[in-house]
Amino acid sequence: MSLKAPKNIILDSTDAALINHLQDGFPLVSRPFCEVANQLGISEKDCIARVNRLRGSGILTRFGPFYDAQAMGGAFCLCAMSVPEERFEEVAEMVNAHLEVAHNYERSHTLNMWFVLATQTVEQIDRVAREIAEETGLEVLLFPKLKEFFIGFKVAA
Amino acid sequence: MSNLDTYDLKLIEATQAGLPIVEKPYEAIASQTGLSEQDVIDRLSRLLKQGIIRKIAAAPNHYALGLCANGMTVWDVDDRFANEKGQLVGALDFVSHCYLRPRALPHWPYNLFAMVHGRSREEVESKRKQISKLLGDACTSDDILYSKRILKKTGLRVSPKGA
Repeated sequence: MSLKAPKNIILDSTDAALINHLQDGFPLVSRPFCEVANQLGISEKDCIARVNRLRGSGILTRFGPFYDAQAMGGAFCLCAMSVPEERFEEVAEMVNAHLEVAHNYERSHTLNMWFVLATQTVEQIDRVAREIAEETGLEVLLFPKLKEFFIGFKVAA
Repeated sequence: MSNLDTYDLKLIEATQAGLPIVEKPYEAIASQTGLSEQDVIDRLSRLLKQGIIRKIAAAPNHYALGLCANGMTVWDVDDRFANEKGQLVGALDFVSHCYLRPRALPHWPYNLFAMVHGRSREEVESKRKQISKLLGDACTSDDILYSKRILKKTGLRVSPKGA
């Protein structure tokens, strides 16, 4: 795995509660940290310091509005390919060379390459997928999102 | 998107990388965009209502939290129950993403995708069993795909300039 987990970061129960709380939403008021702090029983200053530390250490990868590219007129699509083992690196390079490929994972399956296309329009998704298929000579399967279910993910720390 | 005005676009550009972690974050954004603090709050509220902002929140790094094992579980769920079951699976606290997607027959019979996180493969497998129980007879087959390697990862940045 090439993502590096920061070392020597110790989370206390307040940090864990804060991470879970902030995943559900952040208040749209003048002093939002004050509101969050009150709910967790800590001071506003402590709350800001903790969020800064969590963000700075990479425990939080994002903090702020999550824009929906689809709602803004953009498009996303999960795609998968079955790449022969001996061609894997070469094909990965060809796929990654497209700016529209936002991320790409090798996975343990016959369909062993999974990537996400992010483009301005739905038509561009089809175009880029076709280009990749032509360049590599391999079939590209498209798995557009039909529905997203509410996210209940919580940290147990 | 046609109903976004210049100030919306400015606001999107100023906040898409994140909010400043200060006492009054919306005031800090206001001074960057030429809006008042109240304008920023009102516009963000509207964008949230319109669904252009999905949520204003924090996203944790699963690896940093010790959740080093993750598996993409995939399920062939009877279309009649897919919505109902998808909601149940999506609400589980160890599932970070849950989507309904089209099948790609004959290669791929699965329509429900749920990303499962755990501290070890064993933990991920036991959570997979919990999902299996939850789906019951509505699911005819399933699989799990572990990530072996990240080949590319770039931030998903929207570019409102052309919008």
